[in-house]
Amino acid sequence: MTTDHTPTGLIGASIRRVEDPVLVAGKGCYVDDIQLPGMLYLAFLRTTYPHAKIISINTNAAKAMAGVLAVVTGEDVKQLNIPVAPMVQDQKIPPHPLLARGAVHEAGVAVAAVVAQSRALAQDAAGAIEVEYEALPSVIDAEKALEPGAPLAREELNSNICYVATKKGGDVDTAFAQAEHICRMHIASPRQVALAIEPRGIVVKPEPTGDLTVWLSTQAPHRVRGDLATALGFPEHKIRVIAPDVGGGFGSKGPLYREYVLACHLALKLGRPIKWIATRSEDFVTTIQGRDQAMTSELALKKDGTILGLKVRVVANLGAYLYSSTAGPPQRMMGMAPGSYQIQNCHVEVVAVFTNTTPTGPYRGAGRPESVLNIERLIDKAAKELGLDRLAMRRKNFIRPEQFPYKTGVGVEYDSGDYEKSLAEAMRLSDYDKLIRERDAARGRGELVGVGVSTFVEPSGGAGFESGTVRVERTGEITVLTGSSSHGQGHETSYAQVIADKMHVSMDHVAIRHGDTLAIQQGVGTFGSRSMVMGGGSMTLAAERVIQKARRIAAHLVEAAPEDMMQADGGFAVAGVPEKKVTWRQIAAAAYGGRVPPGMEPGLQETVFFDPRREAWGFGAHVAMVRIDRETGKPTIEKLVLVDDCGVIINPMIVEGQVHGGVAQGLGEALREQMLFGEEGQALTGTLMNYAVMRAGDMPHLTVGETITPNPFNPLGVKGVGEAGTNGAPPAVANAMMDALAPLGIDHIDMPYTAPKLWEAIRQAERRPAARS
Amino acid sequence: MAAEIEFAAVPIKVTVNGVKHEAVVEPRTLLVYFLREHLNLTGAHVGCDTSQCGACTIQLNGRAVKSCTILAVQANEAEITTVEGLAREGVLHPVQEGFREKHGLQCGYCTPGMIMTAVSLLETNPNPTEEEIRHGLEGNLCRCTGYINIVESIRWAAEKMGGKNVSR
Repeated sequence: MTTDHTPTGLIGASIRRVEDPVLVAGKGCYVDDIQLPGMLYLAFLRTTYPHAKIISINTNAAKAMAGVLAVVTGEDVKQLNIPVAPMVQDQKIPPHPLLARGAVHEAGVAVAAVVAQSRALAQDAAGAIEVEYEALPSVIDAEKALEPGAPLAREELNSNICYVATKKGGDVDTAFAQAEHICRMHIASPRQVALAIEPRGIVVKPEPTGDLTVWLSTQAPHRVRGDLATALGFPEHKIRVIAPDVGGGFGSKGPLYREYVLACHLALKLGRPIKWIATRSEDFVTTIQGRDQAMTSELALKKDGTILGLKVRVVANLGAYLYSSTAGPPQRMMGMAPGSYQIQNCHVEVVAVFTNTTPTGPYRGAGRPESVLNIERLIDKAAKELGLDRLAMRRKNFIRPEQFPYKTGVGVEYDSGDYEKSLAEAMRLSDYDKLIRERDAARGRGELVGVGVSTFVEPSGGAGFESGTVRVERTGEITVLTGSSSHGQGHETSYAQVIADKMHVSMDHVAIRHGDTLAIQQGVGTFGSRSMVMGGGSMTLAAERVIQKARRIAAHLVEAAPEDMMQADGGFAVAGVPEKKVTWRQIAAAAYGGRVPPGMEPGLQETVFFDPRREAWGFGAHVAMVRIDRETGKPTIEKLVLVDDCGVIINPMIVEGQVHGGVAQGLGEALREQMLFGEEGQALTGTLMNYAVMRAGDMPHLTVGETITPNPFNPLGVKGVGEAGTNGAPPAVANAMMDALAPLGIDHIDMPYTAPKLWEAIRQAERRPAARS
Repeated sequence: MAAEIEFAAVPIKVTVNGVKHEAVVEPRTLLVYFLREHLNLTGAHVGCDTSQCGACTIQLNGRAVKSCTILAVQANEAEITTVEGLAREGVLHPVQEGFREKHGLQCGYCTPGMIMTAVSLLETNPNPTEEEIRHGLEGNLCRCTGYINIVESIRWAAEKMGGKNVSR
């Protein structure tokens, strides 16, 4: 470790992004921007049946069309599947073929694929393929899929249950036996579409050498390369995956998808480059969707609000096919069920269910929002039932700062935190007491106004390791190679701030490289709020090693003792003799020019694979004030205050941008967005015409605050922040909505709070004479 | 190998970013694909198939148009400006500068469309209120920023342009 680090002012500075000049000029390079000579186009025929037997497929007309080079069906590629690593013991893993074989299990599954000379020709030919189906009964809702006699989503299995997992801690039975009150609740999180504005896509080029170059819109180039090699049975070291500019991901661009494997397979077979870019409609029904967990809970309490125990049963809708990460969100929900509270007596059961719907998987938060929604609504409901103040009840049960590291009843260890601090800051920023007075005044006028609070934890990092290489080039400029590739997070800026600060150089002396498996050592990727914790952590440690070595070289050059060499602007200087300076350029020239101390290896590059073996638990508190128009049901967010604690902040502008984006998606979930399937399983909200994504006019004003509690377990003191908004905002809004509707005797409505849904609930309540206010 | 593609070729003439182009296109070619694949102007992006997202917005004869909503042949004889044509001699347009200054972009995919819409907005309304900006962005989707900093970016640009209609 260096001991002479002096602040450069770079950490904590809102440096404008180095990525932007290219992107605002329209000169970014996304996958669809890549044109290769001789490139062919892939298109799919997708079923509209959620569940059906394939009786016959006739590809003759398609094959006969001019410009068509290949038409394939499931039988032609029956050796190829999506590899699924089990995440949970005894998880059932039904086949996940690239193209449907024998049956289709969700609307959107590809039955045949066409390669043709143009995008339009490929689509025309796909449309000329005839498929005869025999419809099978389908099941869409996960809880209904568990009912006796429910249709089987996957007819090759004997039930719709993929797995049942439980976590138990403490003595739940005694806790419930001693309870003075038990609060019960059922709540469902609406299925969401990640909806990165860039649809998924791939360009693949077989190289004359036998290698395969793949440009992919992915969040995790290295992980996908490994999976691709496995799926294709092709050597991993001959595959180069490049994530060029990636137009958003939000979790959904993590997996290896069927189309990618098939594009590679067909490119190898035809010996030509192939492009496939999803249409938005394809993207809707093929890209993993988020949430869709239904929670049934019981909270055992003392009359004073002390939580004695918690039981949660989670029914998670996995969709029809599994990806490796599909079980991620329910498993995360399970590990976070106790939220910010001291709950030792805890029993959480996850029942993961197959249905005839698009597969689910990580979407911004990935189980975190579900768990926060559940526990935060429970606390509010319990406080109301007990006649207690909901904030006092939270404070009474918070895990206290001195209790960290704290192991919860489900056996998960939280590293550090101060939940009271962020709640207090949110109260202060929102002028909470005034909000309550305003609410009460409005209520007196018969208006439906509510105030809601949520407090939350946000685990970040995790998923094993991340890698960082710091290389001082011959001229003293610095190249950083990170396995954490960016898809909008501003890595090239924030990481450069970190390294420039560590190495006492200006940011333009540092280049951050990512997203190319040929250039970068093995890495993992960007998801789960992990980039600064893991990517930043690994490169910081690598930089420290480089600095150590450079210090010895510098000392050697000026014939001083290494311990007398202090980091100085642009290199090192002898302590107390600032003019006796050695620049990074001089050090690099020595490192590559044979002038290193005796016994030292030449060169100036270090790589660190960083695994902190614990997650970084960020936290925060949100306060929402909502108004519901009594006549129309239209909800309005009147105030939204967000306080997040992600430890040390590298670039406040970027962190705030992450909070904004997360909140926008969280508000989408709370107010508008839901992926719906009809009774027959067809996608009802499968285009942007009917999936109600947030628009500019839908966003309320935000008040963004922060508290800073440095992470003691991370080289930079950081925690993740990317998912904070999706975790905290929906339950704050949900609690506010229920607070607004409380005078009508309404105590539960599931998100999203659309005007028709609220209008209906209000009308029903008003028909009950007792509830008239 | 199958026969080469044959289609009824239609000649068109367009001026894009001040440069005249003559080309022969398939009648069904959308303007956005003509720009992207024939002229290699890949700044206009395709984000949907229902003309909702606005990532493909360009200026056609001075008006913001979603280039996925019209055919290339319909743009015959038109003057087109794409995001690539906004900067002058390496100097960014104030709206482009505003997006960088106010962190109005993250992944950058919607950004060219947002910028083109904003440029048109400021040409017709050089001093828009926040509400007018949000209304003006109704046809452009962003999933990263929550629009907050996009609104700020456009306000910054409006101020930089002095509240004047700057025809560039």
